[in-house]
Amino acid sequence: MVEIPALRRRDVLAGAVAHLVVLALPLRAMARPDLQAAVRLFTGGADLREGRVHLDIAPLVENGNAVPLTVDVDSAMRPEDHVRRIGIFNEKNPLADVAIFQFYPKSGRARVSTRIRLATSQQVVAVAEMSDGTYWGVARGVVVTLAACIEGL
Amino acid sequence: MARTLIHAPKAARAGEIIEIRAMIAHPMETGQRMGVNGTMIPRAIINRFVCTYGGEVVFSADLHPAVSANPFLSFCVVATQSGVLAFAWTEDTGEVHVATTDITVT
Repeated sequence: MVEIPALRRRDVLAGAVAHLVVLALPLRAMARPDLQAAVRLFTGGADLREGRVHLDIAPLVENGNAVPLTVDVDSAMRPEDHVRRIGIFNEKNPLADVAIFQFYPKSGRARVSTRIRLATSQQVVAVAEMSDGTYWGVARGVVVTLAACIEGL
Repeated sequence: MARTLIHAPKAARAGEIIEIRAMIAHPMETGQRMGVNGTMIPRAIINRFVCTYGGEVVFSADLHPAVSANPFLSFCVVATQSGVLAFAWTEDTGEVHVATTDITVT
């Protein structure tokens, strides 16, 4: 009898474990390699923890051409403990990067608002780099009814 | 020169955190859109924004095509001394658009 290598018990179990590992990732948005790569480029491979970052974006938007968002990071913004950078990334636009904001001693508050384009319903990720070298992130799902750049497709 | 719009308080107390809103009229062409003859419209965006206060950088941003047309930014600054708030937007071509506003700190 010929053994079918694809269905060995060991492989099936390994596959199941791999799936559990993927599901256990803290930020579920990290699905597209591009998004992961963009975030990794920003963090330099450091651990990304969930919390401290508040991403305020509407869960349902009508017009993907201009989606208002506000990022606010819990930080006293003192010289010894402040936010250095905030990065915004998306899951399904042609490019994963949205914007990177840098803060300085006189920034006062780690809060920034802007308007972004979303090509389709997807996750938006905000990551903050602290002065102690830690990275904190949050992901928000957005449903877009009228996509950006639709006239160009 | 592109049209710019700055919202910043004219006066503030020392140490107060003020909010600044800055916008510039710009199409932020992504380079992903198809033009009339099926040719791509070339990318033309503002990729860098810097705000200086009395010559010192207080906020900056790297922008990508996913930022909407007429890029709008709202951020905070600590009012320390009377001076000039200067805003500079840099295009892909290297062209720089500048706007300034004065602030009186008491």
